[in-house]
Amino acid sequence: MDLSAINPVLLIASLMVAATPLLFAAIGELVVEKSGVLNLGVEGMMIIGAVAGFATAVETGSPMLGFVAAAGAGAALSVLFAILTQYAQANQVASGLSLTLFGLGLSALMGQSYVGVKPPQMQKLDIPVLSDLPVVGPILFGHDPMLYVAIAVIAVVWAVIKFTRIGLVLRAVGENHDAAHALGYKVVRIRIMAILFGGACAGLGGAYISLIRVPQWTEGMTAGIGWIALALVVFASWKPWRVLLGAYLFGGVTVVQLNLQAAGVAIPVEYLAMSPYLITILVLVILSADKSSAPAALGRNFHAAR
Amino acid sequence: MIRLEKRPQPSRAWSLATPLVAVLATMVAGGMLFALLGKDPVEAIRTIFWEPLFGEFAFYYRPQLLVKGAPLVLIAIGLSLGFKAGIWNIGAEGQYIIGALVGAGIGLAFYPLEAWYVFPLMVIGGAFGGWLWAMIPAYLKTRFGTNEILVSLMLVYVAEQFLASMSLGLLRNPEGHGFPGSRNFNSYDSATSWINESAGMHWGVVAALIAVIFAYVLLNRHMTGYHIRLTGEAPRAAKFAGVNPARLVLFCLGTSGMLAGLAGLFEVAGPSGQVSIDFNVGYGFTAIIVAFLGRLHPVGILLAGGLMALTYIGGDIAQSNLQLPSAAIQVFQGMLLFFLLAFDLLTNFRISLGKPEVA
Repeated sequence: MDLSAINPVLLIASLMVAATPLLFAAIGELVVEKSGVLNLGVEGMMIIGAVAGFATAVETGSPMLGFVAAAGAGAALSVLFAILTQYAQANQVASGLSLTLFGLGLSALMGQSYVGVKPPQMQKLDIPVLSDLPVVGPILFGHDPMLYVAIAVIAVVWAVIKFTRIGLVLRAVGENHDAAHALGYKVVRIRIMAILFGGACAGLGGAYISLIRVPQWTEGMTAGIGWIALALVVFASWKPWRVLLGAYLFGGVTVVQLNLQAAGVAIPVEYLAMSPYLITILVLVILSADKSSAPAALGRNFHAAR
Repeated sequence: MIRLEKRPQPSRAWSLATPLVAVLATMVAGGMLFALLGKDPVEAIRTIFWEPLFGEFAFYYRPQLLVKGAPLVLIAIGLSLGFKAGIWNIGAEGQYIIGALVGAGIGLAFYPLEAWYVFPLMVIGGAFGGWLWAMIPAYLKTRFGTNEILVSLMLVYVAEQFLASMSLGLLRNPEGHGFPGSRNFNSYDSATSWINESAGMHWGVVAALIAVIFAYVLLNRHMTGYHIRLTGEAPRAAKFAGVNPARLVLFCLGTSGMLAGLAGLFEVAGPSGQVSIDFNVGYGFTAIIVAFLGRLHPVGILLAGGLMALTYIGGDIAQSNLQLPSAAIQVFQGMLLFFLLAFDLLTNFRISLGKPEVA
């Protein structure tokens, strides 16, 4: 065992990379849940984004186009969820589960010919002087552009929810859809927009795994990150900046765990690999006492009688 | 203009018809999918649904229906109890793994002793393992109000890692030349779950049938079953009627965990034969589809389990005969749940054409 081989600067830099898929997926789901909809299909939308982004990037040679395709694919899958829950009045838990099961199957089918292929690399940010600074350089200025996009999305979502009229309407729909409907807001339309946004974000998160984090395509490669993202929204008490905090915490656990595996700690690999999931449970337990911040209409379907 | 009107009572006719309509719609959509993959859609659907039952080699495939259907029915029966009451155990896959590990562990501890009590002890161990694993989300939910969906799912990943550790370590066959995986139960007479292998009969099939009867009686003739249904349909009324929600959570999660654990034990001691890293094939997740497809009704689940087993077997045949990718069947099963949920609309709502009346 050799812990000195772990470089703290690289550790923090790779922690940020490990956290970014979670960031994307969780901030998308946060918006969905703010509108009062519980979409358990995050895992399915992520993996569809992962395969669609990967395939597009390989075929076109452009990772950027890959991300665009991934967002499109995630949103397209979420349309199914929107139809089921908003028009067909189906149970949200069941619909979300079906989205995940369907997404996992479809992604395996789509990705068959891409197993073992190497995707095109995304250019890392390289600002003269800044990126070359010791410590600060690799942590703050040496990443791929999508990592900054994820943080920007968090900032935008926070600002929109807190300061704009759109955010107010979104929250109103999520807190009390009957009152929002009575005020003349289009509850179903607003929720569909939120679901689509969540799908696009989950797709981006998935593509970040297959194009940057790993980068490779394997079946079922999201390995529960979509579910951790759902837990993260609870952890964040539906507050955008806390999603960032939580994602970096989980990213940290993942990276430290991987580093310990590499360093050959006396704990068996399997038990280290369990740790992110166990810590998720632990965090859920600690935070589940306070449910007051959850949107009041979360998970309830809306049907206007007339 | 198309409008939806809520029915005063859910339509019984549609409630029975939607699974059939959903299966038909899935066949059509699945056929289109297969056509996109460059396969003859009619041939593919025929291979999946007809070949295992009435084809040339049906004598071989029919017993497989029991082998694949039993764990699905067993798990789905347990899940349906919780789903009825709004308690979502989606970690059956994890309970299945842990049940199998505990049961197999007991069996392996007795090896090579031949005695009548080895298998019953394994069965008890399997049930206990699954129950214990399900008690984690149940306890956390009742004690701290933690979301059981997320906890039970996270525990699937934990269980998978645990399985890997066990099949590479503690439970590994000491005479296996270093290969991962335990001893094979099929060559250990006291511990095998087979009753008649060529007929596809193993104790899991028996247990599945008992579970169906048990669930039917519970839901229709017993107070606990009534409480489950009441909680699902009117949680507030249930509270006023004195239903103890914590006890219901413990009961539903515990029972479903126990049944999933049993399914795992019967599988590992029979069809799979040994504990290996990937002996679990996702029955715990497919059982969710089975539970919904069977309308959360015991008899419906029995039929749905048979149908889902058929798609597994038919999928295997289509894979070897038509080179249909195995993932295509997974998509097919996912679609089934989609269509079911969508058509379920007709059970609770009436579609009316024409202008809405002004109130």
